[in-house]
Amino acid sequence: MRRTLPIFGVLAVLLVAIAVANPYFLELPGFLAFVKRAAPLAILAAGQYFVIVSGEFDLSVGSLVTAEVVIAARLIDGDPGATWPVIALLLVLGALVGLVNGAVTTFLRVPSFITTLGMMLILAGAVFLWTGGAPRGALTEQFRTFGRGDLGPVPWSVLILLAVVAAVVLLMRADFGRTLVATGDNPGAAALSGVRVPLTKTIAFVLSGASAAVCAILLGGFAGVSAQVGQGLEFQAITAVVLGGVVLGGGRGSVVAAIAGAFTLEALFTLLNLYGISGALESAVQGVILIAAIALGALNLPAWAARARATNATTHTTPDPTHAKG
Amino acid sequence: MTQELHTPLPRTSAPRGLRDLGADSPARPVYLALVALTVLAWILFLTDGGQFFSQANTVGILQRSAALGIVAVGQTLVILAGSLDLSVAFLVSLVSLVAAETMAGYGVLPAVGAVLAVSALVGLVNGLVITRLKVHAFIATLGISLIIKGVLDQRYDGPAGSVPESFQHLGYDRVGPVPVSALLWAAIAFAAWFLLRRTTLGYRIYAVGGDPEVARLSGVRTDRVVVAAHVLCALCAGMAGLLLAARLGAGAPTVGSDGGYDLESIAAVVLGGTALAGGRGGVAGTAGGVLLLAVLDSVFNQLEINSFAKDVVRGLVFVAALAIYARRRLAR
Repeated sequence: MRRTLPIFGVLAVLLVAIAVANPYFLELPGFLAFVKRAAPLAILAAGQYFVIVSGEFDLSVGSLVTAEVVIAARLIDGDPGATWPVIALLLVLGALVGLVNGAVTTFLRVPSFITTLGMMLILAGAVFLWTGGAPRGALTEQFRTFGRGDLGPVPWSVLILLAVVAAVVLLMRADFGRTLVATGDNPGAAALSGVRVPLTKTIAFVLSGASAAVCAILLGGFAGVSAQVGQGLEFQAITAVVLGGVVLGGGRGSVVAAIAGAFTLEALFTLLNLYGISGALESAVQGVILIAAIALGALNLPAWAARARATNATTHTTPDPTHAKG
Repeated sequence: MTQELHTPLPRTSAPRGLRDLGADSPARPVYLALVALTVLAWILFLTDGGQFFSQANTVGILQRSAALGIVAVGQTLVILAGSLDLSVAFLVSLVSLVAAETMAGYGVLPAVGAVLAVSALVGLVNGLVITRLKVHAFIATLGISLIIKGVLDQRYDGPAGSVPESFQHLGYDRVGPVPVSALLWAAIAFAAWFLLRRTTLGYRIYAVGGDPEVARLSGVRTDRVVVAAHVLCALCAGMAGLLLAARLGAGAPTVGSDGGYDLESIAAVVLGGTALAGGRGGVAGTAGGVLLLAVLDSVFNQLEINSFAKDVVRGLVFVAALAIYARRRLAR
């Protein structure tokens, strides 16, 4: 829990800074617009969290998002009747890509960095091979509603995000969550205590693939069809998860903090935009914040642990309350 | 578990000469694959009416792969030390601009000096962030590459600087049939091989990559080894940047990221049998991995297959190769 606290502090500071620069942010529509913008990355980060906490990487999600949007545009091609079947197909396809990633990583024992790097190349190549180099077709208004439409005052994407957050929190509280974290912490020990490690990791990849599909549905609606829609999203998702205090290598971190990491990243972009540091320097600031946040987390922990141990020791050796205070 | 305990024994009891050969054994499958692919390429070229072993084609393969080859040599060092470097692509771009602009203003030698200084500095920062600030190498070098990208985006819109005629020889000249760029690659690869096999630092890189805690307990200052590996890796990226500047005649802010030198160099290293977790592998395998990718490219060019199909095949090759390595490790 200690690890997850800093990210909420950083997020709060950024949100206050945004509110100071732009008071509209404090009104409900302004805030909801921010959440709507952050929703695709937050959902993607939730999926990436499962993979990272199980001790692996998923570099294929950016390519997968692009592929899904391009596939949706070509298959729907402006026909409203095709919307729902295509959405179902996208979700199945995302899960299937995750299944392949997971199976290759666990059963063929290929490092997930290479598995998903290979998948990234395969997806990006295959989808444009199929469409002939550029996106074709069009999305329907129905499809785009999820990314940019509202249900009453609340954007659809915010509702979808809430549903996803509820689902992943429940999942992490269930047995699966515990076995997943145990798998990432020490696969050998987890296997000896009866966890089916390959199955658990494969499910993590399937969840990541499915989250990329949901992200693609939202982004396709929000930003429209382009060949660059998913570009760099894999690194943004990993950045968000790591900002949330989740440790690369697995076994530590919470999914809510990972989602907060995505919001922090989006808040940072919003803030940079508000202060006119758009475009060029944005990535530089992102890099500095990324390193600084992780470094601070790493530096603070041992000090905190030492302090906690010191106070414990004094309370144990000296029952006298006056000493314990000092 | 018990299998792992048994396997090292025969190797340690083997004579020294054999052990040296055994240490390079991860490189063997990539060269077998390279020979097989070359034969296949030769046949495909024949059916398509081309000549694989024509001078134009072989020189082209060497010339195109030299820059990636040099970056991958550096990447091998950091991966062997248990780290990795995602910043090399943007560093290559940055360095090509530093080289071209300094050459336009001050001449060739100051430019080479500036390039080596800039790249050593970036490597030093990478190494220090990883070891002192205890940031995971993936995040540290990703962060540094974002910073370099920001600087590039801020300062440059397109190609800048110019490289004098005399320096462009590095990009295009040949000694007999062999391009100078390939000789540079070979020299750097040999230097790295010598470093890894014949110097204390080399042994320490393997030790730290194999098990940092054991290395530390045996008296190795692990942090210094990781920093040194990162500085050397960045210097290799710097040399690649010089080479690309010589070839383009100017510096270009996208030359590194367009070439995909970050992920591609890691893929070439791993294709060459070096373990991504560190401690096992070598430069010879990496050279084989780079050549394998280059021969694959030349086949695609000859058959005029589009770049999207190329990506699909590359992805399949990476995953298949690593699956085969994993099988071999299990079988032993």
